Amino acid sequence: MAQHTFVLNGARVTVEVADDVRLLWVLRDILGVTGPKYGCGLNVCKSCTSHINGKAFNPCSVPVSKIKETDEITTIEGLPATVGRDLHPMQEAWLEEDVSQCGYCQPGQIMAAVALVRKAKAEGRQITDADLDGLRNICRCGTYSRIRTAIKKGAARM
Amino acid sequence: MAEQRRSPQAPPEDPTRRRFLGYLLAAPTLAVGVTWADAVFGADEAEAAIPSPPQPENLFDLGDLQNLAALPTSGLIGVQVNEDGTASFALHRTEVGQGITTAVAMMIAEELDLPIDKVHITLADARPELLMNQLTGGSNSVRSIFTPVRTASALARQQLRRTAAAQWGVPEGEVTTNDGVLAHRSGRTATYGSLAKAAASDRTVQVSVTLKAVTDFKVLGKPQNRIDAHDIVTGRKRFGLDLQVPDAKPCMVRRPPTINGTVRTVRNAAAVKAMPGITDVAVVKYGVAVRGETFGQCIDGLRALDVDWNPGTVAGESDATVLAKLKQAQLPLVAPALGALSVDAEFTFAFASNAPLEPDNAIADVRSDRAEIWSTLKVPIDAKQDIAVQLGLPADKVVVHVVPGGGSFGRHLFHDVAAEAAEISQKMGKPVKLSWTRTDDFRQGRTHPMCVSRVRATHLLGNVLTYEQRHVSSETSFSHGLGEMITSTAASLPIAGNYSFAQTIFLLTQSVPYDFGVTTQLLNEVPLRFNTGSMRNIYSPNVVCARELVVDRLAAKLGKDPIAFRREFLKDDRLRAVLDEAVAVGQWGRALPKGVAQGIGLHTEYRGAVAVLVEVDCRPETVNRPIRDGVTGPRVTRATVVVDAGLPLNPRGLDAQMIGGLNDGIALALTSSLHIKDGIPLEGSWDNYFYTRQWNTPPDVRVVVMPPTTGNPSGAGEIAVAAAFAAVATAYGRATGTMPTSFPINHSTLSFEPFPLQPSTPASPTDGLDTAF
Repeated sequence: MAQHTFVLNGARVTVEVADDVRLLWVLRDILGVTGPKYGCGLNVCKSCTSHINGKAFNPCSVPVSKIKETDEITTIEGLPATVGRDLHPMQEAWLEEDVSQCGYCQPGQIMAAVALVRKAKAEGRQITDADLDGLRNICRCGTYSRIRTAIKKGAARM
Repeated sequence: MAEQRRSPQAPPEDPTRRRFLGYLLAAPTLAVGVTWADAVFGADEAEAAIPSPPQPENLFDLGDLQNLAALPTSGLIGVQVNEDGTASFALHRTEVGQGITTAVAMMIAEELDLPIDKVHITLADARPELLMNQLTGGSNSVRSIFTPVRTASALARQQLRRTAAAQWGVPEGEVTTNDGVLAHRSGRTATYGSLAKAAASDRTVQVSVTLKAVTDFKVLGKPQNRIDAHDIVTGRKRFGLDLQVPDAKPCMVRRPPTINGTVRTVRNAAAVKAMPGITDVAVVKYGVAVRGETFGQCIDGLRALDVDWNPGTVAGESDATVLAKLKQAQLPLVAPALGALSVDAEFTFAFASNAPLEPDNAIADVRSDRAEIWSTLKVPIDAKQDIAVQLGLPADKVVVHVVPGGGSFGRHLFHDVAAEAAEISQKMGKPVKLSWTRTDDFRQGRTHPMCVSRVRATHLLGNVLTYEQRHVSSETSFSHGLGEMITSTAASLPIAGNYSFAQTIFLLTQSVPYDFGVTTQLLNEVPLRFNTGSMRNIYSPNVVCARELVVDRLAAKLGKDPIAFRREFLKDDRLRAVLDEAVAVGQWGRALPKGVAQGIGLHTEYRGAVAVLVEVDCRPETVNRPIRDGVTGPRVTRATVVVDAGLPLNPRGLDAQMIGGLNDGIALALTSSLHIKDGIPLEGSWDNYFYTRQWNTPPDVRVVVMPPTTGNPSGAGEIAVAAAFAAVATAYGRATGTMPTSFPINHSTLSFEPFPLQPSTPASPTDGLDTAF
């Protein structure tokens, strides 16, 4: 079994596990970081959405061997620290809009939303309805309209 | 027009002013218990006396049945006040996103006069002494909990005041409460926590209390955010798969290529057991279980198994064969009266999946003399009893913990996954954390079965003379606690005859809210052995969609505007009021481009009423907009949902349930279905089963919660689905000029490449970094 080292939520971690185990299971089953959820393991439902070096990705579909020592992985647990606060502005917007129902998809929704807003800002533009239409994260409770409102609100404060 | 209207006004006597009984319980700190028997019927006595048309649902609905079944129980539910000033309540219902824990916390905060963040709600383990009271379903939780929980909370507050009064030597009536603090005008104060021990009773005594009048509510009726929202957005909320039980290692199952197929031979169990990370392999009822260090290695292991299978219970069935059987089983319609004109229509609804986003999962730790189970269970007592029999253990040796669920939509009424986890743990002799894979959930999980609804309405001289609906469905399983409930209350139900569970539920949930003369709605079922169960709103989405489409046809035949026609024929004033509000807020009749149209859907159930008005864009440039691996099709661009929830307890939670129900209705009308081929659904992921996504959800959603119309909360978790489905269907018909008759409308096109049937779970991709953004 190989050793794998990377930065998880600001701290260096090393795990011993076979190369092809997808990062989601390394996070959840070995490291006990359960914010990213298993919804399909197929890079479809997006409920495990986390960040790699600030970009949204789905650890269910990345073998741990593809993660470099210098890669910074951020899960929902580490999101507030990226802005040095107790809650990220997107999480605050989620609370104000009372977006969640069952809550299973919401960590992934928030991580996807933050990346989407960062991307738009990097391109020097505001979030559009077309951007929101392009978010693939499933919410089986159907909270979509509150998600849209919260993203616009969170974006204004990022 | 007949004068058979459901009265919209509040009951003449406010039942909340009655005195309610409960018990001070012998406990270290203040603990109060109430039974169900006294409280449950306070709400519905008034309704039973209302003159009604002959359809059973108007007199007595599914929720009433659940309340009736709750009467004989002896179990107490109770509120405890702790020394830290908080109150605790172990809820005998399951939180699956519908917001029941928040609603209950509001009830306790209201009557106890305590800030809501000092109310802690947990989910109770299976409690057999509660009999049928521990069933989460039928949109009945708030209806049945409202009075007992408030009674317990009011008793606790009363006891705190009595205790303070005795200590201070002042009359009880002079002790006030506010936000968890007792006070007297002399300046004395005490927190609830400081009196929690002194207020405790050393023996169990019966006491009575008067509840707050609705007009005095400070918490109930005001918008309240979810009490678990912070845990959710920080990733701290624990679902079943997030629990850590010692040595309960991940486990998944290789499954057959047909529904309920069984294992003939496994050729390489030893080789798979030797794979990296794999600890155990065991043949179980419907597959081969693999336990390992990570779920990823379980997927590798189950894929590597070499298995021969016996065919499943519906091995020869496909969409077309099921449809043919349903059509053969249709009950006859009565011929139109001489001279009358008729509208005849027939609608087909494909299989649909009630799968939540969180895959079915359970933890089981089965030992030789006992077992412990953790799972999201809406009928945990049923699970406890069944699993005890399955394991050969006495029921009291099986502890069943209820875990909050990542959605349910009917799925968790059954305990298939908990029973399977128990079977695997027993066979392996080790604890397991079993998760079904996403593909398992769609292909082997329970479904809302295919059904056909035939409707004939006759009319003459501007009046509708008859309305007949014959609904035929592949069998829906009610073999959970609801079935038992019906058996035990059969003699008390206002429907005569030897109906099946399904027919009883159908009759208790369906009614036509229009004055359409002689009205009959009947269900017939074809017994096929698919894995079925209730899906959010059970029969109503299909039955109501068919009905509202026919209502549009009738309106057209009589040359009337669909809204004017409904308003004229409605016999329910609450429904007429929500219709009028939806018409105003949704701007019925506003100018829209060709190919874009409005539609309306109405529904009344669970003692509530809802109207949904939508606009659907069916123009080619919208229908054909490209989305990678997704179906687009017509888009609902604007939606208005108006709900009369009787006495709205949490308008914000109601609003959330309406939004959710709306998106379910859109999915059922336009995109989401299972395609059955050779004994199994083809769908295997959320890019195959097209539940509403961001690109199909309306960018403009308006929800109106009507002011109180009765003294009691109605059920709200399901009611919007049927009306939303109907609204989208009628709008689609108007936009395209053709009444749709097969749902969802994209079902005839297979819009994806199915995963192979074997191995039963696809490998996880490895290119996830390519789609990072």
